[in-house]
This record gives sequence, C-alpha cells and structure tokens, in this order.
Amino acid sequence: MNRVRNVRRRFMNSLALAVVYTLTAIALIPLALVLWYTAVKGWPAASHLEFYVNVERPVGIPGAGVAHAIVGSAVMVGLASLISIPVGVISGVNLVEFGGRFARVVRLAADVLVGAPSIAIGLFAYVLFVAPFHHFSGVAGALALAVLMLPVVIRTTEGAVALIPASLRESGLALGLPRWRVALQLVLPAAAPGVITGALLAIARAAGETAPLLFTGFGNRFWNVDPTQPMSALPLIVFHDALTPYPALQEQAWGAALVLVAAMLVVNLASRWAVRRQVRLAGQL
Amino acid sequence: MIQAIRLPFRTRRAPLRFRLLTTAASLSAPALVIAIVAVLFQEAAPAVTRFGALFIVARSWNPVTLDFGALPFIYGTLVTSALALAIALPIGIAVAVVLAEPGAQRIRGVAGTGVELLAAIPSVVFGIWALYVLAPLVYTHVELPVAQRLGFIGIFFGQPRQTSLFTASLVLAVMILPTLSAISRDVLRAVPKGLRESAVALGATWWETSWKVVLPAARAGIFGATVLALGRALGETIAVTMVIGNRPDISPSIFAPAYTLASVIANEFTEATGQVYPAALVELGLVLILLTFAVNILALLLVRRSVELPR
Repeated sequence: MNRVRNVRRRFMNSLALAVVYTLTAIALIPLALVLWYTAVKGWPAASHLEFYVNVERPVGIPGAGVAHAIVGSAVMVGLASLISIPVGVISGVNLVEFGGRFARVVRLAADVLVGAPSIAIGLFAYVLFVAPFHHFSGVAGALALAVLMLPVVIRTTEGAVALIPASLRESGLALGLPRWRVALQLVLPAAAPGVITGALLAIARAAGETAPLLFTGFGNRFWNVDPTQPMSALPLIVFHDALTPYPALQEQAWGAALVLVAAMLVVNLASRWAVRRQVRLAGQL
Repeated sequence: MIQAIRLPFRTRRAPLRFRLLTTAASLSAPALVIAIVAVLFQEAAPAVTRFGALFIVARSWNPVTLDFGALPFIYGTLVTSALALAIALPIGIAVAVVLAEPGAQRIRGVAGTGVELLAAIPSVVFGIWALYVLAPLVYTHVELPVAQRLGFIGIFFGQPRQTSLFTASLVLAVMILPTLSAISRDVLRAVPKGLRESAVALGATWWETSWKVVLPAARAGIFGATVLALGRALGETIAVTMVIGNRPDISPSIFAPAYTLASVIANEFTEATGQVYPAALVELGLVLILLTFAVNILALLLVRRSVELPR
C-alpha cells in the first residue's frame, strides 16, 4: 500500500520536474528566435560600412544608411542622461540617507513611473515641449526619455548605495566628517560601480524606446545634429521602415534592429558582470 | 571648562542645505506622476466636456463625424493583456521556481541570464520580429488549422489574419515574461528557508515542497507579480501596434484584427487635426495611464508585503 503510494509520489515528482524544466526551456525559445532572426535579417544591411556613414536615401538608390539616426539617438539619449542621471543619483542618495515616510512616497512614485506607459509619457512631452513651440524637436525627445530614465536611475542608485555597509558610513562620521561629505564623498564613490551600472541600464532602456519619440523627436530623413530640430533615432527607423512595403527599406529596418540589439547585449552583459563584482566587493568591505 | 565650539555659519547650515537640496531632487518623481496626469487631463478637456462619461462605453471611432468612443480600444487592451497573462503565467512561474531553487546552479545561470536579456530587447525589435517572423508562422501553423476545425466556436470564428489579437497577445506574453519571472523569483526567495527545510525534513519530495509549501506561502507576492506584469502589458505600445491589425472593432474572434489604447495613440496622434480629435486621443492616453497607475499601485502593495525590497 505505502509502496504504491511512494512510487506514485516519486513519479509525480519526476513529472513535475520535467514540466517545470520544459516550460523554462520554452521561455528561452523566443529569445533565441529574436536574436537569430535579427542577426540573419539585419546582417545584409549592417555589414556594409555605408550603413553607418550615410543617411537615408530614396528607395532604389543604393548606399542608404542610418548615420543620422545613430547621431540622433546619441544626442537625444545624451541630453536625457545629462538631466536624469544627476537628479536621479542625488534623489537615490537622499532616499537612503534620510528615509522615512517621504522616502516611501518617492519610492512608490518612482515604481509607478517605471510602469507608466511610454506612449503616455510621449503625449506628456508633446503637450509641454512640442505644442508651445509648434514644431517637433530633439530636445522634446530628450526630455521624454529623461522622464523614462529618471525612476530607473533613482531606484538603482538607491539599491547600490544601500548595499554599502553601515561601518563605512560610521567610520566617516566618527572621523568628524559632516553628513553630506560622508554621503557624497565616501558612500557614493564606494557605490559607484552599482550606480554606473544602473545609469547604463537606464541609458540602454532609453536608447531602445520608440513610443515617446513618435511625437517629440519625430524623425528626420536628413543629417541633423541640432537638437532644436526634429531628430531621427534608431528605434524610429526600425518602426517606420519595417511598416513600409519596400524590401530595401525593410532591410534597413532589420539592420537598425541588429545595431540596437547588439548595443543592448553589450551593455547588459557588461553590467551583469559589474554588478556581480560590486556585490563581491561590498561583501569584502 | 570646555567651551562649545561655535561653528561658522556656513558649516552649521550645510546639513540642512544637503537635506533640502537632495530632497528637492527626490520630489521629481512624485511631481512627475502628478504632472503627467494633470497635463493629460487638461489637454483632454475638449473631449471630456464633449463626450462626458459616455466616452468610456461608446463604440464608434469616426474622425470625420467627430464621434469618438473608447470601448473598442479598452476591449482590445484588456483582451490582449489577459490573453498574454494566461499564456505567460505558467511559464513565468516555472522559470521563477527554477530560478529560486537553491540547487541547479548551471540551469539557473542560463535561465536567469536568458530572461534578463529578454527584458533588455527593445519593444520595436519584438515588433519587427513579430511582424515578419512570428505572425506568418502563427498564421499557417496555428490560426488556419484551428479556424478550419474549430471555426464554429465564437472565439475562433471568421477568416484569420496574420495581424490579429492573438498574434499581439503572443508577443505581449513574451515581453511580460521577464517581469513575471523576475519578481516571482524574488518573492519565492523571500519565503522563509525554514518552511522549505521543514517540508523536506518531513520527507516531502521536491514537487510536494514546491507545490504545497513554498508556492502557497508566496501566493500573495506571485499575485502581485502577475498584476505588475498586467500593468506592463496594458501599456505596451510599439510591438503591439505592429501586429494587432489596427482596426477599432469589437470582434469576439481572437484571430480578428483589433486595436489597443496605446497603439491608436501611436498611429493617429501625429495625423489628428482640429480640436476634438487630438483631445479624444489624449483622453485615451489618460484612461490608459490611470488604468496602469491603479494596477501598478495595487501590484506594488501586494509585492511589498511579501518581499522586503532593499530598503
């Protein structure tokens, strides 16, 4: 009697293990497929040097490229970083340093903001930074991206700073350093790898966003480094060109997608490595 | 006798200034949340006053006659998100169980990295992949055969399309999987070790431990993770826009084209002229953001209760 029951239990256990591991394997299939197809379909366009130095050309004329989109992405994400990273880092330090009910509210707001639909943030930026000036601009795109990046920077900074052991802070205070110097010149530098990683992840997220740029940066077919004018970006190229009926443009779209994915992979794998190192170093402190 | 050292004014004020300045930076997040809602509400005013509460339940979307209603978009948003959750939930929890398992280091490493990379892939890349790879595959291997055999059932009725509610839900399922599994993993890891160990000590198998002890203990948190993933699905724009077919219809069939709140804004906002049309689109945005905020706050409260998030 008992033996039969135990056989059944063991069988159920093996069955469940098999199901759980199969489902986990299924979870990884889309990743493999996306990476594979992006590489295969993107390579024809992305393997040419012209792709990185030329700008868009009319359909049928060879030698088209996405240089204007790469520059546009760089300018808009760069401007967004200049705004959101300092504010986010200072805010993250504040949350660890002072805590309390205010910090709980800020944390909740940041988490809600992380989950805010990016298209709605695009609308918000349109109303504030495009409509009053009557034309689309890279600055408006950058501001929309900054809103997206800010909560990510706040939360990752907070997490990295909170990892630093209290003993470091206490030894600083024991030496008579004022609190602001302990926070900014002792604890923050110790947490720098984690903070930088968080900033990089925020930058990667912003660089891949399309929706907030649709009615802010808008896109531009020409070479443009002036952020007061409409600007293109790699995700915008993927979105617009993928939906055209022209195979040549679709190829461009896949090429731009490959560039995006490659950048994401580099940033993410590098940051994973940095986080692991940071956790190990913090353990030794 | 020791005299109190009088610090120079600047130094005495420094702690206060430090606190004020950093607090000002921290105000940015709550201020933005309020500003986004306020600005969208103000911008949607022409539509809000014109249509009133009927906007939510009206079915027409006609820019020519300026007849606007949100129902087809709310329907599309809710159905794609629900379907995506139904597909992603078992997979996401299985991944979370593997990731939270104390043993199986190598599998954990591979699965963890894979899911994290999945989260890093931009929405638009999922979109182009879904449009050119997934949609044709799903059409020939799932939609056509199912519609032929089970077409008499309402949800499979009619001529299937490559760009449909179902394709959009599949992409969404892939995209919310990382949220679901990462947060469920944190929740499962937060289950007290003693519970797991006691079950094992009583002779429970791995499955009995996981299914009857660990998962029930983490129920509230996993529910929170599910709601959080739902929030992500509701707001997802670009990938969905590329494969949902963009038709403001309420069709019972999941193989028919549909439209979501986010994708109609993405498609039509730059073309919307006049006063009422753009305002109606902004009002859709307002509905969307209020929906996601509510869902997110609920989820965060649920997750917080079961995981002590880092500080």
